[in-house]
Amino acid sequence: MQKNGSKGEKNSTDTVLNLQSHTFRHGVHPPENKEETNKLPIRQFPFSPLIILPMQQHIGAPSRIIVKEGQEVVRGQLLAEANGYMSVPVHAPVSGKIRKIAKVPVISGQMTEGIYIETFHYSGQEVNEGIPISLDTATPEQILKGIQDAGIVGLGGAAFPTHVKLKIPEGKVCGHLIINGIECEPYLTTDHRVMLEQANDIFIGIRYLIKATGAKQVIIGIEGNKQDAADHLSKLIPADLPVTVQVVPVKYPQGAEKMLITSLLGKEVPSGGLPIDVNAVVVNVATTAEIGRLLPHGQGIQERVITITGPGVKKKGNYLIPVGTPLRYVLEQVGAAENISEVYMGGPMMGVAVSNLDISIVKGTSGIVVFGEDNIPKTEKIFPCIKCGACVDACPISLNPSKLGILAKSEGYDTMAEEFHLMDCFECGSCSFVCPSNIPLVQYFRLSKGIIRKRNAEKTAKANV
Amino acid sequence: MFSKTLHISTSPHIRQGMSTDMIMRHVVYAMMPLVIFAVVSFGINALLVIVTAVASSVLTEHALCRWSGKSSTVSDWSAVITGILLGLTLPPIFPLWMTFLGGIVSIAIGKFVFGGLGSNAFNPALVGRAFLQAAFPVAITTWHPSFLEGRFYSISKSVAAFPFSTPVVDGISGATPLTAFKFDKVTADTADLAFGFISGSTGETSAVLIILGGIYLAVRKMMNWRIPVAILTTVFVLSGILDLIDNQVYPSPQFMLFSGGLMLGAVFMATDMVGSPITPKGVVVYGAFIGLIVVVIRIWGGLPEGVMYAILLGNALTPHIDNLIRPRVYGTKKTKS
Repeated sequence: MQKNGSKGEKNSTDTVLNLQSHTFRHGVHPPENKEETNKLPIRQFPFSPLIILPMQQHIGAPSRIIVKEGQEVVRGQLLAEANGYMSVPVHAPVSGKIRKIAKVPVISGQMTEGIYIETFHYSGQEVNEGIPISLDTATPEQILKGIQDAGIVGLGGAAFPTHVKLKIPEGKVCGHLIINGIECEPYLTTDHRVMLEQANDIFIGIRYLIKATGAKQVIIGIEGNKQDAADHLSKLIPADLPVTVQVVPVKYPQGAEKMLITSLLGKEVPSGGLPIDVNAVVVNVATTAEIGRLLPHGQGIQERVITITGPGVKKKGNYLIPVGTPLRYVLEQVGAAENISEVYMGGPMMGVAVSNLDISIVKGTSGIVVFGEDNIPKTEKIFPCIKCGACVDACPISLNPSKLGILAKSEGYDTMAEEFHLMDCFECGSCSFVCPSNIPLVQYFRLSKGIIRKRNAEKTAKANV
Repeated sequence: MFSKTLHISTSPHIRQGMSTDMIMRHVVYAMMPLVIFAVVSFGINALLVIVTAVASSVLTEHALCRWSGKSSTVSDWSAVITGILLGLTLPPIFPLWMTFLGGIVSIAIGKFVFGGLGSNAFNPALVGRAFLQAAFPVAITTWHPSFLEGRFYSISKSVAAFPFSTPVVDGISGATPLTAFKFDKVTADTADLAFGFISGSTGETSAVLIILGGIYLAVRKMMNWRIPVAILTTVFVLSGILDLIDNQVYPSPQFMLFSGGLMLGAVFMATDMVGSPITPKGVVVYGAFIGLIVVVIRIWGGLPEGVMYAILLGNALTPHIDNLIRPRVYGTKKTKS
């Protein structure tokens, strides 16, 4: 199904769409498990009496705190400003009082700088209006600045500062703006609900994005299991926007930028390159909606939509939860079983297991999946690699995970990187998912990449002495 | 609230659910019809040969694991497969003591010295059989007719030969179709070949049952179907060309396909995941190579049968195929080799 908003006016030079396949090489089909929450409308989550806000919720430098202990803040107020270009500010998710500024626990197990806020119980939690970014008069630079000032990062999970991604480098042109509504992770339904319920915000967001990037054409990519969202958005495309909705077959990891570009445009992003190298920019659909909602009011991010699901919770659903809400509070509110034994943030393919329930919701949290003691999968025995080739058939970028795994075990890191393209791996987990020997391939690759990066950094440091 | 210790694992947190021991177990299931047919057509002697081969393989695996201080890997079923495959490739009246020795060599030399499951360069069962062929050339080519009267209760003197003694060959012997063709230029009826009403190794006679077992595994994605297809296509095409050149000298392609150990080798031995290439293109090259060698040995070689050597050579070529044939990595221009 394809609908063209621009009424036949097509730029013939730069619209080589992937009309044949609408997919990418390899990939896997994990059970979707989305039906339990994909019909449930987004609901506002209660305000936790205590908010714990880490200053590093994004990739880049931690935000710089500008408030003091004991200070009263209103919802939406700036608490910490961006510390440089590769950074974003943090806004107050609730009206309340800064109880203390101290280290807070985060999902990696470390403690980082953060702010504890005591929520005012009887506050209406109104958000103050800021200085609007006008669609008609703002320059691309002003829009990018507005996006940074709103504290917006990629809400798909990576939490990469959106304004950095949208900055088109000198000499490059953005032909296609791709709005990523794929949501290929099992269990998660936040993007699905956002597309069904926030179409207006999405289209306003697209207007800002077109102005900021100069994109000629916009494609909203949606997987076939969200046909209702595709139909809904297709119907509402404003007549003056060059927007197309493209439904693609369900396959993991299609939500990865590179894979989505291949599915929609039939092009490959060069190894080590960025989408802009093939004249494309990819933005997550919830991020787009956030831009469309916040910029006209000059406000900052205070909350986000999160799918809470899994056999360990009673009140599954899609919730609008203030950033900084402690995970323990969230689990109590949704009726998590007493014997929960595994919780991960994000989807089951790339999500991170939680070791401490005192961490809090951050901007990049797209889902919380909870398992009770009874439904947690047994630890499977690890067998030697039998070279069955399942991982080779699964890897979306055609690496040889079997060979890489064997090399990792013998610490052949240089060979892995130089000869077998390890650094192109984006850790989607497809190889580990299919491995009949249960070899933790992705874990090997993550460690190996870390070691290689460290070695390279040391080499550079030496060379500079 | 929430007092339990949390379970921590790295992503992905879900698995497809296929496991190595499960694959191995299903390979055993797929071979069971062959074992049953072997017993039906060759009687108790074949049963004794197969059981001995399995017992010897499994015991060797267990003993070597214990000896090297590791926990036993018998439960991954791979030693059972090796044992069954070895048993299926031996003549039905092969002496049991030799069979037992073959099982030991298969596991110890074919697998254990390389580092166990996953590290073996060659199909262990074929290593064992190659050893037996070199050590006992007469016994391993002493064939026996199928469907003899009294096959279910009379144990052959050859089978029961005392260890390290030379077996006494029974009065009855039957040439395999391949031997008959090689030395007497007599071809067998294709239907007899396909259904297994012929003489041969215990498990190689019924092409139909072998193909059914292969389909079972291919449907379950536990076997790479490209390997047997590549081998059989190559053999068919090459022998078809030769047949067109001179059908008096060369056997017909259907005779080539259904005779000897080709089916069994193509479906159950060349497909050993460890010894075959990892990429789809690689396995096609591997299969074509094996097919070529089979035709060359059978037609121009001194032996009537060449499947075993063809597969072992294919195994030897595998690391090189994997090294040369690499899929183009996403976002790169050319395959780096």
